[in-house]
Amino acid sequence: MNQEKTNDMILQTVTKLVSFIILLFSFYLFLSGHNAPGGGFVGGLITSSSIVLLLLAYDLKTVKAILPVNFIYVAGMGLLIAILTGAGAFVFGAPFLSHTFGYFHLPFLGKTELATATLFDLGVYLVVVGVTMTIIQTIGEEE
Amino acid sequence: MQLLHFAILSPFLFAFFIPFFAKYAKKIHTGWFVLVLPILLFIYFIRMLSITMAGETVRSVLEWIPSLGINFTVYIDGLGLLFALLITGIGALVVLYSIFYLSKEKEQLGPFYVYLLMFMGAMLGVVLVDNVMVLYMFWELTSLSSFLLIGYWYKREKSRYGATKSLLITVFGGLCMLGGFILLYIITDSFSIREMINQVHLIASHDFFIPAMILILLGAFTKSAQFPFYIWLPDAMEAPTPVSAYLHSATMVKAGIYVIARFSPVFAFSSEWFWIVSLTGIITMVWGSFHAVKQTDLKAILAFSTVSQLGMVVSMLGAGAAALHYDNTEYYTVATMAAIFHLINHATFKGSLFMAAGIIDHETGTRDIRRLGGLMAIMPITFTISLIGTFSMAGLPPFNGFLSKEMFFTSMLRVTHVDLFNVQTWGVLFPVLAWIGSVFTFIYSMKLLFQTFRGTYQPDKLEKKAHEAPIGMLISPVILVAFAVSLFFFPNILSYSVIEPAVSSIYPTLLDSHEKFHVHISQWHGFTAEVFMTLGIIVIGTAGYLTLSKWKGIYQLFSEKLTLNRLYDKLTIGMEKGSYQVTKRYMTGFLRDYLLYVFAAFIILMGSALVFKGGFSFSTEGTAKIGVYEIILSVVMISATAATVFAKSRLTAIISLGVVGYTLALFFVIFRAPDLALTQLVIETISVALFLLCFYHLPKLRWKKKTRTFRLNNFIISLGVGIIVTLLGIASSSQRTKDSIASFFTKHSHDLGGGDNVVNVILVDFRGFDTMFEITVLTIAALGIYGMIKTKVNEEGKSVEPREDK
Repeated sequence: MNQEKTNDMILQTVTKLVSFIILLFSFYLFLSGHNAPGGGFVGGLITSSSIVLLLLAYDLKTVKAILPVNFIYVAGMGLLIAILTGAGAFVFGAPFLSHTFGYFHLPFLGKTELATATLFDLGVYLVVVGVTMTIIQTIGEEE
Repeated sequence: MQLLHFAILSPFLFAFFIPFFAKYAKKIHTGWFVLVLPILLFIYFIRMLSITMAGETVRSVLEWIPSLGINFTVYIDGLGLLFALLITGIGALVVLYSIFYLSKEKEQLGPFYVYLLMFMGAMLGVVLVDNVMVLYMFWELTSLSSFLLIGYWYKREKSRYGATKSLLITVFGGLCMLGGFILLYIITDSFSIREMINQVHLIASHDFFIPAMILILLGAFTKSAQFPFYIWLPDAMEAPTPVSAYLHSATMVKAGIYVIARFSPVFAFSSEWFWIVSLTGIITMVWGSFHAVKQTDLKAILAFSTVSQLGMVVSMLGAGAAALHYDNTEYYTVATMAAIFHLINHATFKGSLFMAAGIIDHETGTRDIRRLGGLMAIMPITFTISLIGTFSMAGLPPFNGFLSKEMFFTSMLRVTHVDLFNVQTWGVLFPVLAWIGSVFTFIYSMKLLFQTFRGTYQPDKLEKKAHEAPIGMLISPVILVAFAVSLFFFPNILSYSVIEPAVSSIYPTLLDSHEKFHVHISQWHGFTAEVFMTLGIIVIGTAGYLTLSKWKGIYQLFSEKLTLNRLYDKLTIGMEKGSYQVTKRYMTGFLRDYLLYVFAAFIILMGSALVFKGGFSFSTEGTAKIGVYEIILSVVMISATAATVFAKSRLTAIISLGVVGYTLALFFVIFRAPDLALTQLVIETISVALFLLCFYHLPKLRWKKKTRTFRLNNFIISLGVGIIVTLLGIASSSQRTKDSIASFFTKHSHDLGGGDNVVNVILVDFRGFDTMFEITVLTIAALGIYGMIKTKVNEEGKSVEPREDK
């Protein structure tokens, strides 16, 4: 194998640009999930794909320096959020995982729908990101 | 809980204290403490004789599981009391004997007496309870405690073999009997024997009558060592001699006889009962006595003799059943009276003979009669005991065996007059077989006595210098033979007090309300056929014994290969081997074989359900039109699937699998499932990447580009599964009975869920619970992969700490 490091400049430059677009797209998918195709699952997968792109262009160490996150904790956090969202219904005397929503006037955004289901979806999103990244990082580190 | 219940349970309660006596009172032999209990119980039961003699019974209920009708009901009548007296009486004598037989320094006395008391309590339970479930419980407790007692010297291989054999056979019978009891319960809706007897007519007309009878008889025959189940008894002789004397001559083997007698009122009016019981008995008698002659071990002779004598009692019980078929009651019930009488006699002389054999073993160090001889002058008391015991066993006057043998002949001669199934022709076999069996009984009795005590004394062949036993060891057998003699001269003390109540409880229906069976046993009937038969036995038996060495050769004709023991060994070993072979055959360790079973089972179950239950239907109603895109995508998918299956290299297979996955995403697109399409695309990409990773890491050494070999089995199975699944799919979509609930979701996703993406609203709101656990599954998968890769187990099996991240 060639031990010399090849120059990946084009790839890395493109990655710098593209990964943010992918990231944005994934946020879009996540937030629009309630009314349009998308949601926590696909959003999470695409977020991780942007990180995977970073991993491909750079190496594991660099990405860890950019994103000093232990992805197992991310998955755990996601589960916790999902469960707490469900348990939060108890506070209002409702059954587990009852969701509610309302329309509010927010500054800059105007009339906006806020739903507790989004919080649950956030949990899904974090779990998917955490799980995918854990698997890929773990396998990548092996050898 | 009354005193009666306490009396039955007292041996169990007392057993709890035995280990303390054995441990903290080491100076006194534990047996002395134990001895108190059977004596007290014996006195307690003997006081009840006055009740049964008056023809009355005692019934006392202790509720146990009342909702199921299982109650600890004690029922005392003549039959139960007779057995209770035998159990406690002989129990006391055996405990006394064991005090001198077992050394307190060398043996573990605690366990011995715990097992013995457990057995005594279980036996009392068997004979005194009225509820069949409780009877069964005590029955299995006797099997269990007998198993423990036979295996008392557990370091000997033969003890363990004998214990296992007896347990297997008696528990087999016990389970059969449980089946019989349950059948009786189904018929009569009661577990009480009394109730069953009251419903005899119901039982007789029921389809389960014969199965119940055969199952209960199987239980009784295995316990009582009847043909062909007697084989465990000779091997049970590895037990300490007090155990053999108690269990295998006086009590446990008679539990089966008790059950036969107890269930006579239920079954005996059928001719099948008569035939099965009396034929089994008489065959066992002849077979046992015939084989007893060739034995050379004292206890083996006694074991076969027990088998033979039990057969005799059973045949008499069977013959007594004839009384239910004919008006001539007195004529046939002689057999039943004889059975009861011989039961008592056998307990006296066989118990004493076992004890004598134990003394000889104890004082000379061997039980082999080829090494024994000339002990008459050295052990005069033991000789006297053995003489009385053997002569009584052989049926000679002036001992009690003579009386019961005469009655046995009487009953067998009377059977020839029975005309069930045309007995006139075959019935003559009964007295003939009885006579032949008695001749052999005479021969082995004489052999037992004379080869042990006559002849020349061979001190060099014995391990110890022979001498007379200590007085304590002799007390029990002396008491027993004293009974044997006095019962000859005064047999009628028993007939009024014990035998009459016992017979009337065997045939309660034969009597009018205040009538009683009249038993009178007399020593002399005049010159009847029975007397001549006895004379013939003495003449032929003496001749047979004297010429024994000449005709011993006939035993060689029965080769070892044909014995029932051999059959048992072959059966147990064969079953073990067979099950091993069967298991080895299908538990191959190959995953592909197990998958084959699973899929084959799927095809058979689903296919037969479709075929035989008429599950298949086909209708095109409500199906959509097929467009050109669907056709194109289907063609792509089918070719990609074919490419996956027939690919020569793995890489091709992985790529074609990816094609299948992406085509599926396209299907989702044209079937208007954007969320699914998105997810499917991403997931397919990831999984193909993981497949490639696996492919890349295949071990280099064994890695060969190998094409799949064609296996017909796999082809058929896969084809079958495919067809079945397709048919199921068609069938289930063709017969939709209810509308889907989808309309609810589409209607309410906006106002209830606050969103317009129905899929997502279902996922997070309507059915959020499932999603929660799906993300849990994902997390577990990630943790699993992390764990598998990071934690390794080294060769010693210790886990290595996860590597630190660099």
